[in-house]
Amino acid sequence: MKNKIMDATAIERALKRIAHEIIEKHTAVPITIIGIRTAGVFIASRLADYIRQFGQVPVQTGILDITLYRDDTALRTGRAIVRATEIQFPVDGAFVILADDVLFTGRTIRAALDAVMDLGRPKSIQLAVLIDRGHRELPIKADYTGKNVPTADGDAIKVVLAESGSGEDAVYVMQKGG
Amino acid sequence: MVSGKGIIGLKYLGKNDIEQIIETAFSMRDISRRSVKKVPTLRGKTVVNLFFESSTRTKTSFELAAKRLSADVVNFSYASSSTSKGETTIDTAKNIEAMNPDVFIVRHASSGIMELLSRHLKTPLISAGDGTNEHPTQGLLDIMTIRDEKKRIDGLKVVVAGDIYHSRVARSDIYGMGKLGAKVYFFSPPTMITPDYESLGARVTYDAKEAFTDADVIIMLRIQLERQAAGLFPSTREYARAFGLNDQRLKLAKPDVIVMHPGPINRGLELSSSVADNQEHSRILRQVENGVSVRMSAIYHTIGEGHEYTDN
Repeated sequence: MKNKIMDATAIERALKRIAHEIIEKHTAVPITIIGIRTAGVFIASRLADYIRQFGQVPVQTGILDITLYRDDTALRTGRAIVRATEIQFPVDGAFVILADDVLFTGRTIRAALDAVMDLGRPKSIQLAVLIDRGHRELPIKADYTGKNVPTADGDAIKVVLAESGSGEDAVYVMQKGG
Repeated sequence: MVSGKGIIGLKYLGKNDIEQIIETAFSMRDISRRSVKKVPTLRGKTVVNLFFESSTRTKTSFELAAKRLSADVVNFSYASSSTSKGETTIDTAKNIEAMNPDVFIVRHASSGIMELLSRHLKTPLISAGDGTNEHPTQGLLDIMTIRDEKKRIDGLKVVVAGDIYHSRVARSDIYGMGKLGAKVYFFSPPTMITPDYESLGARVTYDAKEAFTDADVIIMLRIQLERQAAGLFPSTREYARAFGLNDQRLKLAKPDVIVMHPGPINRGLELSSSVADNQEHSRILRQVENGVSVRMSAIYHTIGEGHEYTDN
């Protein structure tokens, strides 16, 4: 069963709120947002636009590919596509905000933390996600959350963003056995 | 195709496989250029360098590649091996396989031995060169270097010049670049090629002007001095004059031509010093850098199974 839990307006409202929260908490400029491939990149760039718009503060964005840092490469079959990490600024001393679409087990974020640390020594790392669906397997939490969505373990959350070519903005819960 | 069986020759890889390895190699190069030159991807995996023929640079390149992916590397070379005690190559490889490595990197003087070995081994195999047959990772790094510079392979005029007959590099280049749509020319003395090399898809020429005119890429091969003793060319000076690459010949090529060489170079023989050191055109050291990246990618795709994930 497929259930739409957020539409374009809801997503926009959630991200704008996160942008305001980030502006409120961050005095250090530029604000550094790094999106985790693939959907996190779109989240990062939308947040950056809103922050520039509302806060009139400089924002720098980067793209992080975490494929080589995952802990489950041996469990999967087929070949992983490794894409480039594109971070054109030094992360040493930066206040980094990682952005992703969904926070689930926390393993992606664990990998992302390692990947960022290998690039330098940021002053701090925070996490912004559109959806927190629970079921954490690691002690990781988000600093900025768009929406908390209680789910069953077998459910899947599908975040559709216009940038991926879908032409729509929506979040669906796909229930198991549906 | 890459995964599971390894990479024993570009002859066996499809266009998509080659493009995927090259694309990944660019990401791998970013890792090599940063201050922490290591990712944890292949932690706990074992890479065996099994070299039945001496090689320092290729072995080092593979070793660095494996280490940057956090794999453990064991080097096994001919001098210290049991082949000198009469053991067959297959037995040697099977003995090491019993110690559960995850991939073999093999170099051997016998052409075609990779096919034989891969039939007898369950462990995937990456060829580091077999006889005069193939040197697939060299072919891949050549392709990567060209892609890096020209942003494409399709339609480019690529000249491979020198001792084609004895060159595993030339063969991997034609298999790989041919599949990606390059127009490959083999330029060689008639004693170092046979006309049937055209069946691989290259144009064979003995004429320097035809070869170098409007070339986008020139790959000079190393001339082994012992070939002179075998009577394949009369003297080094004559070879340099008739078949070497110098400033004058370079002018025939396109203004943005790049010059490559698998190394080690014989200065003044196949390549004049001024061409070798020409910063504008020479990409010889870039090839060495790309070699590590391509080998990281090759090892990753051979043993680092995985697929693009979405775990939302």
